[in-house]
Amino acid sequence: MRLSMDLELQDIPGQLLLALQPLKEIKGNIISVVHHRDRKTPRGTIPVRFIVEMDRSKLERVKSELQANGIVVVRAGEERFIEEVTVLLVGHVLDSDLGDTVNQIDSTGFAEVMDLSLVMPGIDEPSSAYLRIRATGKEEILKSLAILRAVGAQKKLLVIEPIEAEAI
Amino acid sequence: MREVKISLVGYGVVGHGVVEVVGRKRKLMRDLGLDLKIVSITDHTGTVISPDGIAPEKVIGEKTLQNVKNSDASSKDIIRSVNSDLVVEVTPTNIVHGQPGLGHMEEALSCGKHVVTSNKGPLVVAYSRLKKLADEKGVMLKFEATVGGTMPLISLIERTLVGNKILGVRGVFNGTCNYILTRMAEEKYPYSFALNEAQELGYAEADPTYDVEGVDTAGKVVILANSVFNMDVKYSDVQVRGITEITPEALILAHKRGYAIKLIGEVPALTVKPMLVPLGSPLAVGSTLNAAAIYTDLSETITVTGLGAGRIETASAILSDIVSIYRTKQIDAIF
Ligand SMILES: NC(=O)c1ccc[n+]([C@@H]2O[C@H](COP(=O)([O-])OP(=O)(O)OC[C@H]3O[C@@H](n4cnc5c(N)ncnc54)[C@H](OP(=O)(O)O)[C@@H]3O)[C@@H](O)[C@H]2O)c1
Repeated sequence: MRLSMDLELQDIPGQLLLALQPLKEIKGNIISVVHHRDRKTPRGTIPVRFIVEMDRSKLERVKSELQANGIVVVRAGEERFIEEVTVLLVGHVLDSDLGDTVNQIDSTGFAEVMDLSLVMPGIDEPSSAYLRIRATGKEEILKSLAILRAVGAQKKLLVIEPIEAEAI
Repeated sequence: MREVKISLVGYGVVGHGVVEVVGRKRKLMRDLGLDLKIVSITDHTGTVISPDGIAPEKVIGEKTLQNVKNSDASSKDIIRSVNSDLVVEVTPTNIVHGQPGLGHMEEALSCGKHVVTSNKGPLVVAYSRLKKLADEKGVMLKFEATVGGTMPLISLIERTLVGNKILGVRGVFNGTCNYILTRMAEEKYPYSFALNEAQELGYAEADPTYDVEGVDTAGKVVILANSVFNMDVKYSDVQVRGITEITPEALILAHKRGYAIKLIGEVPALTVKPMLVPLGSPLAVGSTLNAAAIYTDLSETITVTGLGAGRIETASAILSDIVSIYRTKQIDAIF
């Protein structure tokens, strides 16, 4: 499960390692670490956001170890991807490199394809793919749709978007 | 009793409907204070003129006016010379040059006659010019039947929702496309099969391009953009994608996840494209129905649905427009 953690570290050397330690112990897979040096808090601490692939049941243990190390846990556990959208692709979805199409979303860092199903009626006939995409926010959902639209135009795919995605 | 002399131009499906509806509602109209008289009917073959009103039974059984006409004057001459207050223009739509309807409407408005129409062509091509002409001449140009047929949309926005800021309109504006997509989803028919069925039932033309490629919907998007949103746009400003690429598999896939696929026209976005519509949404209408969601600042979203075409249904929208012209006049008189 992909979780995010917002921490506050003391502005002294060695803090980041200290924060990573509990995650290493539970064999969490650290996806990204964003260090906000420029956004120092009034308390003089530095905000850091971790995105970790880990077992949710171990979250409490990680939190208490972090706190024991003197690290402030502002927020932890909430999934990073909070918005979702459904899109349908129709055309030569597979032949036009579906892997690449998915990767164009996944490589953004702000969105990923979380569910995909493909129906292929026959060779040379257009296939259809259902994609469920999640992203870090509304804005990112719209950006993902724009990417798909561009990919669709380039690969001659019909991109069918949901009406609720773009509020008027 | 206010006498309203009407010249009907175009005597096809809708023209016949207008004659029938005006005949059938004669008493109701008189109760409202309106004595509607169709004083001339024109088609390709000629014109019937009768200053006291044409009896419906005299013409309703005639497919064309060939056997009953009493004038061979040109349609524009008729519009100008026949003593009438209002012209109902129901000739075929052409969204490239707008003719013959555009010439008919310009003639009528220039002569100070109100125009009520179901013909999209002239409005797509020259809305602002026609509107300006109508304003200069102090007459009205009404076109409810051009968008969504009998479904009240323009009058709903202009009258009932007055005071609201209209943020956008999104809808299913083509009954032919909606029928095809509905049947493909229900019966898992391939596109060509559903199209054939629609043609056999008379829901689609022999040449369905105009409907299935989204051209008709785009025309309606242009009319809404220009009339409701004062946008002054052309057909070429609309991004159009039709329904011909939709497969039954795509519809099934969508349905499994709780969506229908509908051809959606959207203003002010100026797009026409197939979109996923949640099955529970009021826009997810089936068969040949049309539907429109109006997004407003005060009333939030208002959705209407109804038949987008049909002889009597379209004539009904025309009748409402006729009545509204004289009702508006009455309100004006108060001030
Ligand atoms: N049918 C619907 O349900 C529906 C719904 C909404 C809007 N509309 C619109 O309403 C309009 C009429 O539709 P419709 O279904 O009634 O079409 P239609 O059956 O093709 O009728 C068109 C009529 O116009 C006549 N006409 C053609 N050129 C003319 C000219 N230069 N001068 C005088 N008359 C002329 C035709 O005469 P000939 O037959 O002699 O050629 C025919 O009587 C179209 O613009 C259509 O897009 C239709």
